[in-house]
Parts: sequence; structure tokens; C-alpha cells
Amino acid sequence: MGKRIGKQTVRLSEGVSIISAASTVGPKEAEGPLGAYFDRTVEDAFFGEKSWELAESRFVRENMNLAVDKAGLKMKDMDYILCGDLLNQCTGSTFGIKGFSVPFFGLFGACSTMGESMSLGAMLIDGGFANYVLTGASSHFCAAEKQFRFPLPLGTQRPPTSTWTVTGDGATVLARKGEGPKITEITTGKVVDMGVTDANNMGAAMAPAATALLLAHFEDTGRTPEDYDVIATGDLGTVGRQLVVELMEKDGYKMDSRFTDCGIEIYDDASQDTHAGGSGCACSAVTFCSYFYPKLKSGEIQRMLFIPTGALMSPTSSQQGMAIPGVAHGVVIEGCKGEGEKK
Amino acid sequence: MDISQKAQQEYDKMVKKASPSSPIVTNCLKAFVSGGLICLIGQIFLNLYMNKDFSEEEAALLVSITLIFASAVLTALGLYEKLGKVCGAGTVVPITGFANSVVSPAIEFKKEGLVFGMAAKMFLVAGPVIVYGTLTSMLVGVVYYFIK
Repeated sequence: MGKRIGKQTVRLSEGVSIISAASTVGPKEAEGPLGAYFDRTVEDAFFGEKSWELAESRFVRENMNLAVDKAGLKMKDMDYILCGDLLNQCTGSTFGIKGFSVPFFGLFGACSTMGESMSLGAMLIDGGFANYVLTGASSHFCAAEKQFRFPLPLGTQRPPTSTWTVTGDGATVLARKGEGPKITEITTGKVVDMGVTDANNMGAAMAPAATALLLAHFEDTGRTPEDYDVIATGDLGTVGRQLVVELMEKDGYKMDSRFTDCGIEIYDDASQDTHAGGSGCACSAVTFCSYFYPKLKSGEIQRMLFIPTGALMSPTSSQQGMAIPGVAHGVVIEGCKGEGEKK
Repeated sequence: MDISQKAQQEYDKMVKKASPSSPIVTNCLKAFVSGGLICLIGQIFLNLYMNKDFSEEEAALLVSITLIFASAVLTALGLYEKLGKVCGAGTVVPITGFANSVVSPAIEFKKEGLVFGMAAKMFLVAGPVIVYGTLTSMLVGVVYYFIK
């Protein structure tokens, strides 16, 4: 147990390199503030397929191929694929990767899936079980609306606390050796249920889980928020971020502007009418792969705490009046020692 | 992780404070105007049909058919969802909203087949309206029978 450094945190012996990261997104994401950063943007949310579900699988398939290409490797070099999505039984992922013929673990962590896949992938490599692991997460606005809310053509209003599911896929190739930012520590979150039942306020449902993760991480590592250039949660949106700031303050931690949220970065509410921000598995996945990864690679970010957050609900649990438990997965990534040694 | 009820209540207060609420007054105004406009359109058609020598009863039926048809076409063209976003209850409450609630799942679930997809899911949203609408009219009928 030499690698455990606390109740929830492990420190990898040598660090696991993220040798490539790729993101493919839909039209709305392309119009957003991060539009120029994505590897590939698709003009039609159907992606040339017959259904939203098939479209999501195509995002998975093409983006994972892209991530492997960018690493200068072939799909057959991958020892494992770890990925997941929001669709029933994770079919978005399985139908996307079924042609790859690579050993596969399907994951569900709701929108925290990217953190889960990177955590487990890094552990597989550090444990000596793999040399290359392909990790990823995907979501699709239309498929998610159909499954969790109402049919798209139904004329409804969304409350200001609601978030917009990101359409796309983000994927990284993790490697034992190689150039790239390194995953050094992993803090795994517990399920936290604070009794929030409003499915239109998932930021509030997940904020306690993100807070619990941050507190556990700081206790295990002995660090403070100031030790990071960037702390980025997954899809708390403006409401959830505000709640984390308030909750952390109660415990004596000041979360300043270095604490951001992928759901806030990815859309511009004023021009895109997305309300509290972005959400979905792809929210943290594509924001990390397109926006933060290059900054870690250039050394502009020296140390980042990446915390994808998930709301663990299903249409059935919601209809039965159950509250929405949250979970968060923390991954510490050290940037490359490069020319840009500045914050 | 078990969390005490007190902590939950305390958190609930924080959530309420941090969450912006819907602009109720503006939403009501928009619903009032847009709902009224739909009724006005209905009235215009009623007068048109009555001028064409239909009885009032026949004309009223034709107005319903016209509005339902228009709503179904707008839904299929993807325009009704844009109206609904602005108008809210204004486009939900009139008969056009009912048509929209039947046509939209029919479109969305067509991929799952004509029987278990489109036909079965068609009343996903409108079903409760029909069930409780019928039940309410029965109750009203009973009350009316006794107080008449």
C-alpha cells in the first residue's frame, strides 16, 4: 500500500504521461468561446447518422481514432480502452468502440466519467498492467434530452439554473513513458447526497461532492488551493461553482479565480442562451482535451487539479422523487517543464 | 455518506440563495400576450368559417382542426419549440400546445419503430392530460347533475 497517501488519495510512483488528447464537438460548442481550441467540429449534430444515439457513437469512434493518431500510434497498440457516457447501458461508448478490437472497460460515473477513466487508466499503467490506455467520455445534447427530459420539438422553457449538455467526445492516450503532462496523484470521490431533488439544478446537486473531494484532497496531500495554477471542476456551472466557493469558505479555504469550471468555460450564456453552463460527460472531457491540455503541455499550467463531477440520477430515480447524489473524481496533472514557466 | 437532516436543510437554504429564479412576471406577461394572440387567431378563423355558411358548431370544430394542423406543421419544421421557449404557458395551454405535445414525441421516437416507438410514445406527454382531463370532466359532470 506504499502508494496510498491518505484515505482517498494515491500517488503514482513515476507519474503517467498523457501523450495525446483529442476533442470532437458539435455545432453549438464550436460557436462557443472555446471554438478555436477543438481538434474537430462537426456542423450537423446528426453527424451523418440516422439517430442521435448513433451520432454519439460516431463522435466516440472518430475522436478516439483521432487521439490515437495524434499520439503517433495505432489502435492495436492500446492495451485497454476505458470510457463511458450517459445513454442507457453506456451504448454510446460500446457501439462507438466495438470495431476497435481492444480490451474494454465500460464506465459509468455520470458526468464525472472523464475523471474516472483517467484515474483508472493511470492506475492500470502505474500498476504495471498496461503500457498504453485510451480513456474518454462522451455525451450528446439531443440524445440526453430525449432520455432525461422531453422530446426536443416540445416547446418548453428551461429555468435559469439548468445546464446545457455538451455534444462531443474527449479522449486521451495515457502512456508509461513519453512526452506530455503527467498524472501524479488521484483522489477518488465518495457519493454525496445532500437531498437536492431539482433535476434542473444539477450544479447544486453536485457542489457538495466537489467540495468533499477538494477537502479530502487537501487533507491527504497537505496542499492548499494556492498550490495549483488551475482547479477545474467538470460541470457545476455558475450556481454550483458559487456553492463550492461558499462551502469551502466554511472550512477555511479561499477559492479564488484559479478555481474555474469547464461548464462555465465552454459556453457564453449571454450569446448562446445556455443558462448556468455546460454539462454532460463531454463537458469536462472536451474542455480538458482542447483547452487545458495544450496549456499543460506548454508549461503555462504547472499543476492542475482536474475534478469532473457527476450527478448520479436516472429518469426512474428522478420520477420516484429520489434526491440526486453527486460524485467527483480528482486527478492531479503536472505540466511539462517548458519555456512558458509562468502562471 | 450519511448527512444529517439539519445539514441538508442548511444546504437547501444556500442553494435557494445561490440559484437565480425564473423571471415570473415577464414569463406571465409573455404567456398572457402569446396565449391571447393564439385565441385571436382562432377567433379570426371562426368568423371566416361562419361567413362561409358553416354553423357555429361546425365552425368551432374547423377552428380546432386548423389550429392543430398549424401547430403540427410548426412542430415538424422545428419552429414550435422556438415559440414555446419564448411564450411558455402561452403556447402550452391552448389546443396548439396539445398538438405539439403529441407530434414532438412522435417525431423523436420514430427511430424506435412505428409501433413501439412512434405510436407507443406519442402520448408520453399528452397521456396524463387526457387521463386527468377525462376524470375531471366526469367529476364536474356528477357535480353538475346534482346541483342543476
